[in-house]
Amino acid sequence: MRPIEIRDVSLIYETPAGNVPGVQSVSFQIAASEFVCIVGPSGCGKSTLLNIIAGFLTPTVGEIRIDGKAVTGQGQDRGVVFQDFAQLFPWRTALGNVAFGLEMQGMEKNRRETIAMEQLGLVKLEKFAQSYPHHLSGGMQQRVAIARALAYNPAVLLMDEPFAALDALTRDDMQRLLADVWRKTRKTVIYVTHNVAEAVYLADRVVVMTPHPGTVKTEVLIRLPRPRDPLSVEFLDYQRQLLQHLGQHAAAG
Amino acid sequence: MTMVSIVSPISNGYSTGPEKIGSRWRAFARTAFPFLVVGGIWEIVAHLGIFPQRLFPTLEDVAITFVQLTISGILPHHVIETLIRLFCGFALAGTMGILIGIAMGQSRRAEDIFLPLVSIGAPIPGLAYAPLFLLWFGLGNLSTILLVAFVSVFPVIINTWTGGKAVREIWVRSAKAMGSDDRQLFRYVILPGTLPYILTGLRLGLAQAWRILVAVEMLAAVPWGLGWLIFGAREFLNTDVMLAAIVVIGGIGLALEKFVFKRLEDYTVVRWGMMVS
Amino acid sequence: MTNASVHIRSARRAAITLLFAAAVYETLARSGIFAAALLPTLPQVAQTLVAMLVDGTMVWHVAYTLYRVIFGFSLAVAVGVPLGILMGRFRAVENFFLPLASALMPIPSLAWVPVFILWFGIGNTTTILIVFYAATFPMLLNAWSGVRAVNPLWLRAAGVMGASERRLFWKVIVPGASPFIITGLRQAFLRAWIAVVGAEMLAASNWGLGWTIFDAKEFLNADVMLASLAVIGCIGFIFERLVFGSLERITVIRWGMMRAAKD
Ligand SMILES: Nc1ncnc2c1ncn2[C@@H]1O[C@H](COP(=O)(O)OP(=O)(O)OP(=O)(O)O)[C@@H](O)[C@H]1O
Ligand SMILES: [Mg+2]
Repeated sequence: MRPIEIRDVSLIYETPAGNVPGVQSVSFQIAASEFVCIVGPSGCGKSTLLNIIAGFLTPTVGEIRIDGKAVTGQGQDRGVVFQDFAQLFPWRTALGNVAFGLEMQGMEKNRRETIAMEQLGLVKLEKFAQSYPHHLSGGMQQRVAIARALAYNPAVLLMDEPFAALDALTRDDMQRLLADVWRKTRKTVIYVTHNVAEAVYLADRVVVMTPHPGTVKTEVLIRLPRPRDPLSVEFLDYQRQLLQHLGQHAAAG
Repeated sequence: MTMVSIVSPISNGYSTGPEKIGSRWRAFARTAFPFLVVGGIWEIVAHLGIFPQRLFPTLEDVAITFVQLTISGILPHHVIETLIRLFCGFALAGTMGILIGIAMGQSRRAEDIFLPLVSIGAPIPGLAYAPLFLLWFGLGNLSTILLVAFVSVFPVIINTWTGGKAVREIWVRSAKAMGSDDRQLFRYVILPGTLPYILTGLRLGLAQAWRILVAVEMLAAVPWGLGWLIFGAREFLNTDVMLAAIVVIGGIGLALEKFVFKRLEDYTVVRWGMMVS
Repeated sequence: MTNASVHIRSARRAAITLLFAAAVYETLARSGIFAAALLPTLPQVAQTLVAMLVDGTMVWHVAYTLYRVIFGFSLAVAVGVPLGILMGRFRAVENFFLPLASALMPIPSLAWVPVFILWFGIGNTTTILIVFYAATFPMLLNAWSGVRAVNPLWLRAAGVMGASERRLFWKVIVPGASPFIITGLRQAFLRAWIAVVGAEMLAASNWGLGWTIFDAKEFLNADVMLASLAVIGCIGFIFERLVFGSLERITVIRWGMMRAAKD
């Protein structure tokens, strides 16, 4: 497993209306197998940063290094899960979606389907292997997306608010499932959210960003044993601490 | 607005579903009733002899002519020639249209090059080119097929091009993140992602091809073909032959709209939830 | 790359394409490989067009064609819209006309030309009826779907507010169905325009754009054909973009019921 270094990364969007900063001199590091959450107010540049790490965007200044090597574009060392349910390919079954990455590597059919089936098992969807995405609920589609991103065994999993569009109950289930998947696979995870409770529940460390144009405001280590109890006093303390950093002094809840 | 097709508005009428035999019969009777009324009026007018029999034949005459032409093999021969022209022209249009449309959807350069030609060519009724094609390529099959291809290529290009733009960025990103190279991206993502639009384009193109093919056959003086059968019958005032041929033309038109793409769509884009049937 | 510069580049490429196409044509025409009568040069075509405009023949051809297409199209609208609305509103009307319409619709209008020639002779009646046949079905079906697509909630709401059937019709159903009706007008005109050209080739004498093109074939006057084609294209473009485009803009798009098609 590889450590990730984000070195002084800035990105400027060029638009017809002029230049808009996306993120501004962001630097931090992530250890191998660490679960890092990035939180920040809407529009601060979380998605931008994640897209840079994924290789979809090239930073204007700075660089990303994974295991000491500079990132230049997408690669199979990183799996990506987006917020949008529509990320699955509608023309492929759940199994076909999960096997996609392996198919791209040229793995033969039986082997890749066996592996894809295992991954679907990890997110508890073996029964729906032959279903097309439009027959699956939002939560199930996101679980397929996670399985799909894990199937070709990338070292790093990048997730951009994967559960934000789900209802609260489903989201709780999904967070538990993700914590479980992470415990089993020990991937390095970078997880973007603007929900502090989610961050405290999942992360080893939370990176807090300032409002737009975003940069790193502070980092908070979450020293809680897992599985975590969202109603414990310590949990609520962390939550309050994060909210304070975000400049929202509202009570946690 | 290119996607608005009037191809099969009938199919989204009232879905009958699994119902009792009785209501099936009632539905059938309800559909048959207007034809009986119109047919009845026709028969009365024809038998009264208000118009000359040759110009306004009775339905029996038309039916008899239809059977005779079918048994003698004349009608099937005309039908087959027409269908061969249709499919040659349409195959040409489909191939060219999809290739050009996808190129336009994927590359800004191709779009800039082809778009002016398409936007000049598309609004002129294809039939207006018919005499020019006849002049350049001579009377006969070559002109007919080229013209059919020319007419049906535009809806295919335009829809495929629109479809290429509708391929979601997120699919492309996901596929790239999973290691697709350009060729794989095209084959596994862009092509299936564009398919609903390609099918719509093909469907519209085929309908347009069919609408003008019959007329082109009349103009091009091809020896066989339904258009020519009707047009030739004019010389001898054989209205019964014309009407029999028109029934066949309507039947083929209906079959093209209802069955050719329905299966393909049900098997692909409808199953994938990318298009409602 | 900003938007404006992308635009400029596109425009430049478009111009290059068109110039290139024109140059290829011109070279072929001047190369002498093909007979000059079959492939006239562009200046020749322009000259013919100007000559025909100046001596008034082209104006008459256009007038005849427009007369036929507008007459037939208006008939189609006058029949198609009310009948379509009635079909959408009353089950009995729908049960009677829908089967008939679905049986007649797949028959290309031009297939009727020889029959109509026998019945009505060569000339205006036949061409107008063919145009009518071609334009009626898109009109009818769009009006019908439009009424059926009127949100039942609006009907219920209007009913609760005490609207009478007549008011319901004018205040809710007609405006509600209008996006479809306008789409129908557009499609119907497109069909009418194709039909008139075809019908004139087969069943008109002496006047009309379709007739000119077809007649020119007999005398190998490719320049007349190309000039007429240009006129046909221009008129089609004017109707499509200016007439129906602005109709759509001032009615439906203003009501926010249809996204402006970004062409
Ligand atoms: N494609 C783009 N073109 C121009 N500006 C953009 C683009 N994408 C994002 N921006 C700008 O960059 C900034 C950061 O956007 P980003 O999407 O990264 O925010 P975010 O933190 O993910 O917000 P949210 O929590 O709402 O998802 C915003 O101010 C936005 O306006
Ligand atoms: Mg975001």
